[in-house]
Amino acid sequence: MTAIVENKPAYDGKALDLTGRSGARAFKNTLATVLIVLAFVIAIIPLVWILWTVISKGYHLLLNAEWWSQSQRGITVRREGGGAYHAIMGTLIMALITAAIAVPIAILGAVYLVEYGKGTKVARAVSFMIDILTGVPSIVAALFIYAVWITVFGFNRVGFAVSLSLVLLMLPVVLRSTEEMLKLVPDELREASYALGVPKWKTILKVVVPTAFGGIITGVMLGLARVMGETAPLLILVGYSKNINLNPFEGFMGALPTMINQDRTELALQPAADRVWAAALTLILLVLALNLLARLVARFSTIKSK
Amino acid sequence: MSSPDGTEPPGRPAGPEPKIEDLVDETGPALRFDALAEETDDDGRRTGGTAVATKDDSKKELALGPVGHLGDRLFSGLAHGSGAVVILIVAFVGVFLLALAIPALADNNSNFLFSRVWEPGGAEPRFGIAALFYTTLISSVIAMVIAVPIAIGVALFVTYYAPRRIATPVAHAVDLLAAVPSIVYGLWGALFFAPILLPVINGLSSALGWIPVFDKAPGDNVGVIFTVSVVLAIMILPVVTAISREIFAQTPISHREGALALGATRWEMVRMAVLPYGRSGVVSASMLGLGRALGETVAVMIILTVPNGNDPWDPSIFAGGETFASKIANNAAEFDSPEKTGAFIAAGLVLFVVTFLVNSAARLIVARSAPGAKRPRRNRRAGATEGASA
Repeated sequence: MTAIVENKPAYDGKALDLTGRSGARAFKNTLATVLIVLAFVIAIIPLVWILWTVISKGYHLLLNAEWWSQSQRGITVRREGGGAYHAIMGTLIMALITAAIAVPIAILGAVYLVEYGKGTKVARAVSFMIDILTGVPSIVAALFIYAVWITVFGFNRVGFAVSLSLVLLMLPVVLRSTEEMLKLVPDELREASYALGVPKWKTILKVVVPTAFGGIITGVMLGLARVMGETAPLLILVGYSKNINLNPFEGFMGALPTMINQDRTELALQPAADRVWAAALTLILLVLALNLLARLVARFSTIKSK
Repeated sequence: MSSPDGTEPPGRPAGPEPKIEDLVDETGPALRFDALAEETDDDGRRTGGTAVATKDDSKKELALGPVGHLGDRLFSGLAHGSGAVVILIVAFVGVFLLALAIPALADNNSNFLFSRVWEPGGAEPRFGIAALFYTTLISSVIAMVIAVPIAIGVALFVTYYAPRRIATPVAHAVDLLAAVPSIVYGLWGALFFAPILLPVINGLSSALGWIPVFDKAPGDNVGVIFTVSVVLAIMILPVVTAISREIFAQTPISHREGALALGATRWEMVRMAVLPYGRSGVVSASMLGLGRALGETVAVMIILTVPNGNDPWDPSIFAGGETFASKIANNAAEFDSPEKTGAFIAAGLVLFVVTFLVNSAARLIVARSAPGAKRPRRNRRAGATEGASA
């Protein structure tokens, strides 16, 4: 390529000289390449460092069966032993309740945006509100539920309140990804269904949603992964309990983020520090597992569009 | 909204699906339509019973199209209702926070916007958000300034520099940063990362210390705004990278090949074709990252040291402080009286409004920029970035 360019008469315009690779241009190109690779290296360092820290400090407690089957009941910061069963169950229960509330609203909302409201003013308003909801900080979601649940209704701080605030965070994630998936369903499928006389609602339930099902599951898992790691709503809406409490409507409840938060001020004590890093590793593993599962589901259920 | 009852799907007596099925079977036309559909689908295997139904009322078929269907109305009601729920939620967030903040603001004895004191309890509550606002904004803006160039670099690396074999794992690895919970960032930042920042902090403050913002009190306190900013930068990196990456990848191939055909180097191609095309996208990605940083709670709470109440206020980024979110989280145990709670809710309301404005600005930029206004999503990988890349 350069050979051809060099055969041409030199272009003496001032704007942009592209007649050959001057030293300055080659240098700039190399410099840019170096900087871009450097940016990548800089971005990867914290990831490796964080994962290494958490894994190396936390893995040995995870190897005990005790960690997965026992709570912290009666275990003080100075004592070793106990497990994270109470916190794992608490995190899972709150996440499942969140999903049970958020997922139906999110899927129906996405159906509304794609199948019913397309192009209308209301749909644009809904879409805008979802964008706003995406940006709502978790602490604001927690304060809102605090205002409703505790200040207005006078209920106690319980796990269910946390789930309600997490709904606000999970809803936009699931709704957006479902919407994107529904948009990918080819119109031919809908038209074929209508042509057979199938009513619209049945077309949506039996043709459109099943076609997009894999993508919807992916969105749900990513939404779950996002809410599981949230700490702020837990701090405000439920107290930490070292005991196993499986009832989201009564009493305090353990959760992995608050288990970390509980002992983080006692990191000078080895047993407490071990527990903190082990709980952090358990939480990361849970979130990562959901993320990876979401990717796998996504890979094996691509909508085949022409 | 078409149906107020549709606003609460969980409240229905039975799950929507079986309920609707039952209703539909009772209405003549529906049965017939479905029968027709099944007949054709199954290719003649199930003709017996359905044929009778079709013969019965062929006139009604024309009179009642599938549009006025009861199942359709119910399902459409549910879908519309869910849309309404989304609007109502955002409206309620604003209304409830405002309703609880107003009494506290009315009792406030100091200027809410410009005062730096925070004593919401007692007979004469005095609180203002000036200090919180300053710390929140400056920590987030510095985080954005650090994160955006790196994010652009990583996005370019993934889209135009790395071979495909490397690019995909790299993209996933950066996405993994988003999977690390913020409390883990906080712990890691406070215990392991902050100490290595000490030389940087000392260096910057000795070089630029004559500017009050860079002035540093003696001592080795690393739980400062600057440290928080760097950790926040790492936390928003995946968001900004994911969106930038997606937009860079959509640069029309004719622009890129045109540049290369004119003899441009790879960098010149990027500078002339890719960056101008993706500019508005990067700006909006940065705003979304800023929104994230503004609301980050736990990591900030763990890293940032809370200054002693008696010390004079220090505007330096090498001093401690409190952001809106960390202030609220730090004092969650103090929500005992309505006045105190109201003060914190007022702070939360301001945070909500600020993030609302920042996010709206980001959306507006995206909507306005002509080339990228209606970009179709290419594939699901785009949707699989923590939902942040809306």
